Amino acid sequence: MTADAEQAGAPEAISKRGAARVLRPALGLLLPVALALFWEIAVRMGLSNGRLVPPPSVIWNTFTDLAATGELARHALATLWRVAWGFAFGVMAGTIFGAITGYSALTHRVVDPTLQALRSIPSIAWVPLFILWFGIFEASKIILIAVGVFFPVYLGVMGAVMSVDRKIVEVGRVFRLSGPAMVRRILLPAVMPSYVIALRAGLGLGWMFVVAAEFLGASTGLGFLLIDGQQLGKPAQIVAAIVAFAILGKTTDWLIVLIASPFLRWEDRFARH
Amino acid sequence: MLVLDRVGKTYPNGVRALDGISLAVAPGEILVVIGGSGCGKSTMLRTISGLDPPTQGRVVLDGTVITAPREEIGIVFQEPRLLPWLRVADNVGFGLAEYPKAERRTRVAGALDRVGLTEKARVWPRELSGGQAQRVAIARALVPRPQVLLLDEPFSALDAFTRADLQDHLLDLWADLKPTLVMVTHDVDEAIVLADRIMVMRAQPGRVYEEIPCELPRPRDRQSAAFDFVKRRVLAALDRSLDRAVAMAEEVEPRAAAGGGLWW
Ligand SMILES: Nc1ncnc2c1ncn2[C@@H]1O[C@H](COP(=O)(O)OP(=O)(O)OP(=O)(O)O)[C@@H](O)[C@H]1O
Ligand SMILES: [Mg+2]
Repeated sequence: MTADAEQAGAPEAISKRGAARVLRPALGLLLPVALALFWEIAVRMGLSNGRLVPPPSVIWNTFTDLAATGELARHALATLWRVAWGFAFGVMAGTIFGAITGYSALTHRVVDPTLQALRSIPSIAWVPLFILWFGIFEASKIILIAVGVFFPVYLGVMGAVMSVDRKIVEVGRVFRLSGPAMVRRILLPAVMPSYVIALRAGLGLGWMFVVAAEFLGASTGLGFLLIDGQQLGKPAQIVAAIVAFAILGKTTDWLIVLIASPFLRWEDRFARH
Repeated sequence: MLVLDRVGKTYPNGVRALDGISLAVAPGEILVVIGGSGCGKSTMLRTISGLDPPTQGRVVLDGTVITAPREEIGIVFQEPRLLPWLRVADNVGFGLAEYPKAERRTRVAGALDRVGLTEKARVWPRELSGGQAQRVAIARALVPRPQVLLLDEPFSALDAFTRADLQDHLLDLWADLKPTLVMVTHDVDEAIVLADRIMVMRAQPGRVYEEIPCELPRPRDRQSAAFDFVKRRVLAALDRSLDRAVAMAEEVEPRAAAGGGLWW
């Protein structure tokens, strides 16, 4: 405090910096808020009836109504539950296959071409088959999501394992690490940054595929809210569900980043955000 | 005693990196290897370390043939190769996983102290300067107390002052533990400051071109006439080793001269 007071103008500079810290992230909100405001005003002034594109206030009301009746939570939980299981299975399979094909050249030669061929099939194309095999209930939905999650995780893990620096692996060899120790002490930490990226990409696809899955006959879920809103002509409900998707998607992605960050503090990155 | 017995190394691509290298390094001796780029110095160290076993001949340490990395042999690479996800202390203790924790901690603390980096123990490798990182790498190699320490141009990326400083550090360490040192360098002064014996290599195929004893009293004075004498001799040998036509013609002769009188 006294040190600050000694320098004329110092407190002013500090408050300016504090303001900048608050304002910089807010900069990203400028455009969407301006657009929303514009639309709200346009509808209020009667420039548009806002029936097909409801103004923010209507969306907000729909959203809070859905939340108040517990409908929103019920549907969001159903969707979240599907994504969680699909993500878990997809990540498990993707990690195991990715690690093995990345580690062993022979397995890579045998397995990777088939998986790459499967990858080139638009995953939605599996849906009829999955429904025949697993029924129309949860199993086929979760499997579809898992397929969506699998490929980015598989590719990410395989690429990461294959590109681990030989020089670092040699350090492990010099200290005579056994196979499992090499995996635990060298390979695992080395692939961690790419793994987190792969998980985030996988989660993104999981959210994409849950919508597809819920379009195909579901009585719960945010995807059902979308279809329901379309069939009953309630655009505000559709937008409210979309907003819920955005919130959940962003939150779960942020959770991955949060959980991973203690393991990645060592990273020497260009960007620190 | 570290012995290389007609060691040859042919890479899968057909490059003949080493050809019939025979060499004996006494316990506690400092052998400095010098030679033109690509003459097989790194290959030789990797062969000794067991990372890349030779394709001909063998490397023997105290009667054991080296075919894979061993605890008794440490290596410091040209780059520090620290593990970026471990803090400095954990990097130094990397080779001590099987030791009890207390033992590990004291050894790591001792090694960090020796290289003058005690206050950096909790720091990430990315926060080190090049010279500090190289010192950590040396500490990591020293901590299992190897009988033989191989150093591949460990100071080549450093400025002259840091380099001289680390050379002193290395000599202190050596005086403490008396490991056998085999060190590669491109710097003739560095070679003479450190070596008991200087080995000049020649390329294609990699062979021992000349061995020059360097038995000046320690600590060595870079300004002394004796230092200068050895230096001129090493430079001349290097010069000849790089000129292949001359090198071929003189293949036998300079080796015979190498054993010659130590006039100081
Ligand atoms: N992994 C490898 N595969 C094939 N050839 C190699 C390999 N490593 C090195 N060589 C070749 O072997 C020869 C010796 O290489 P080496 O790295 O031992 O040289 P060096 O004396 O250490 O050179 P420098 O002083 O530049 O480090 C060179 O001709 C090089 O091209
Ligand atoms: Mg080299």
